[in-house]
Amino acid sequence: MSGADEPIVLGIETSCDETGVGIVRGHTLLADTIASSMEEHARFGGVVPEVASRAHLEAMTPTVESALAKAGLRFSDIDAVAVTAGPGLAGALLVGVAAAKAYAMGLGVPLYGVNHLAAHVAVDQLEHGPLPKPAIALLVSGGHSSLLLVPDVAREVVSLGSTVDDAAGEAFDKVARVLGLPFPGGPYIDRAAREGSGTAVAFPRGKYDDGTLDFSFSGLKTAVARWVEARTAAGESVPVHDVAASFQEAVVDVLTRKALQACARHGVEDLLIGGGVAANSRLRALAQERCDAAGVRLRVPRPGLCTDNGAMVAALGSELVAAGTAPSTLEIPADSSLPITTVHV
Amino acid sequence: MLAESTTIDARRHGELLAPAIERVLRDADVTLRDLTAIVAGTGPGPYTGLRVGLMTATALAATAAIPAFGVCTLDALAYATKTPGPFLVATDARRKEVFWARYGDRETRLDGPRVDRPHDLPADLPVVGAGGLLYADVIGPGRVEGPEHPSAAALAALAAGRLATLTDEEAAAIARVPEGRVDSVEKARELGVLGPPRPIYLRRPDAQVPGAPKRVTA
Ligand SMILES: [Zn+2]
Repeated sequence: MSGADEPIVLGIETSCDETGVGIVRGHTLLADTIASSMEEHARFGGVVPEVASRAHLEAMTPTVESALAKAGLRFSDIDAVAVTAGPGLAGALLVGVAAAKAYAMGLGVPLYGVNHLAAHVAVDQLEHGPLPKPAIALLVSGGHSSLLLVPDVAREVVSLGSTVDDAAGEAFDKVARVLGLPFPGGPYIDRAAREGSGTAVAFPRGKYDDGTLDFSFSGLKTAVARWVEARTAAGESVPVHDVAASFQEAVVDVLTRKALQACARHGVEDLLIGGGVAANSRLRALAQERCDAAGVRLRVPRPGLCTDNGAMVAALGSELVAAGTAPSTLEIPADSSLPITTVHV
Repeated sequence: MLAESTTIDARRHGELLAPAIERVLRDADVTLRDLTAIVAGTGPGPYTGLRVGLMTATALAATAAIPAFGVCTLDALAYATKTPGPFLVATDARRKEVFWARYGDRETRLDGPRVDRPHDLPADLPVVGAGGLLYADVIGPGRVEGPEHPSAAALAALAAGRLATLTDEEAAAIARVPEGRVDSVEKARELGVLGPPRPIYLRRPDAQVPGAPKRVTA
C-alpha cells in the first residue's frame, strides 16, 4: 500500500497530562494536536492524576475537532482508531480509551488499543521513514526510562533494561526543585546547564559498571540535594549552572553508555531515542558523538514528536493495520501497568 | 422504552459500557443514525465512572452529529421513584458521606446536589436511593424508599420528556448540529431543559501544593 490508498488512522493519547490527537496516512503525518494540562499541575510540582483526568474529558472533543480541521478531513474519512491502552495513569487512560471506543463504534471502524512505549518508537517513522529491523530504542521521560530491542514495532518489542527507581525525567524535576527552577524541570536544567561545566562536580553514576542495562537515578538525585544543602549550610552560594550541567552530564553519560552497550551486545546498528527527555540538547549531542564513534546510526524525532502526542499512537496503529493485525474488541481495559512486551491489546 | 442494559460493577465501566451500547442498539433494532440525542448521567458519583459515561456519550454523539446531554443522576432516581413528593434522593458518596438533593416531586429538584454526612440530611422526608439504604440506622429505616440505583432507562425517559416540552423551533435549533460539534448542548441549557455532558464535581482533587524541598541531610 502507498500514498492515497493507505488507511487514515486517528490516534488518541491520554496516558499522562497531555490530551494528544494525531491523524496519519501510512507514514505521513496529517495532523498532530495537543492540549496540555501542565499549567494546572505546575504549582503541585508534579502531575496530579485527578486533575489530568478532568482535563482530558474537557479537552478531548475540541482536540479531535481541531485535528480533523487541521488535516482537512471529516469523521467519515477515518479508517481506524488507535488509542493508548497503557501504561500510564489509570484514570487518564480510561478517558482516552472510552473516547476511542466510542469513535470506533460510532464510525464503524476497527479499534486498536496500543502500548504507549511502542508508540514512542513507531512515531519516528513519520519523520525518518521505516525503522530498520531490528533497532535499539532508548525511551526517556518523566514516566519511563527503558532500553528496548525492537525486532518489529508492530509485532515484537523486548525489554533489555529499565530504571530500578526514578525515571530520568523525574530526576530532572526533582533536581530542578532543589535548584529553585520551575516544573517541569527538563527544559530549565538544559538551559541552565549551557552556562555551566559538566565536570564541575563529580556526581555519582548509578549502576554504571554493573553489567546490566538497567538504570538508577535516585542516588544521583539525593547526591545533588546533599551537595546543595552542604553548600548552603556552609553559607556559600550554589553554582546553579555548574550543578545543573554536572547533574545533566551524569544522567546522559549513563543513558548513552548503556544504549550503546545494548547496540553492541545485540549487534544492532540503529539506535532510536524517544520520550520527553530526548528533547535534551546534551543528550542529543553526546548520543551523536558516541554513535559516530561506534558506527551506530542515530535517529531522534523532532522534540514535538518525542514528548507524548497522538501522532505516535496513530503511527503505531497504522503499523498494526499494515501488518494485518486483528483489531481490539470494545471490551479492552485501560491497563496502567501494561508490559512493554504487549504491543497491542 | 425500546431496550435497556444494566450491569452493576463500579470498577468496570470502561470495559462494559461500549459493548452494552452495541447490544442495546441491536436489541432495539436501531442504528446510531436513528437517534435524536444521547444522554448520560452527570453524577454526582464516582468520577471515573462518570467520565467513562460522559466521554462515551460525547464521542458517540459527535460521530453521529447529534447532541449529547447530561442529566443529574439524582434526577433520574427521583424520576423513577413511586414515592410522592416531597422527598430526598441520596446516593453513596463514600468517605461516610452521601450525595443528596431535595425534590418537590419526581421531576422538580428544589435544592442540591450536595455532599454531606447522613445525619446532616433534612429530617422527616423520605429518602430515595442507595444512600438512604446504606445509612438507614442514622436516618431511620422507615424513611428509606426505592429505587436503590439510577437506571439508564429513567435517564433516557426523563431526557426524552424534557426534549418533548420544546417548541418545534427550539427542537430544531437543538437538532441542527454541524458534524462534530455539540454547541446544541449550550442551546438546550439556555432553554433550561437539559444540561451539558459534564460531570458534577462536588469535591476538589486531593492534591497539596508542596512546601520547600525536604532536606535529605539530617
Ligand atoms: Zn511517554
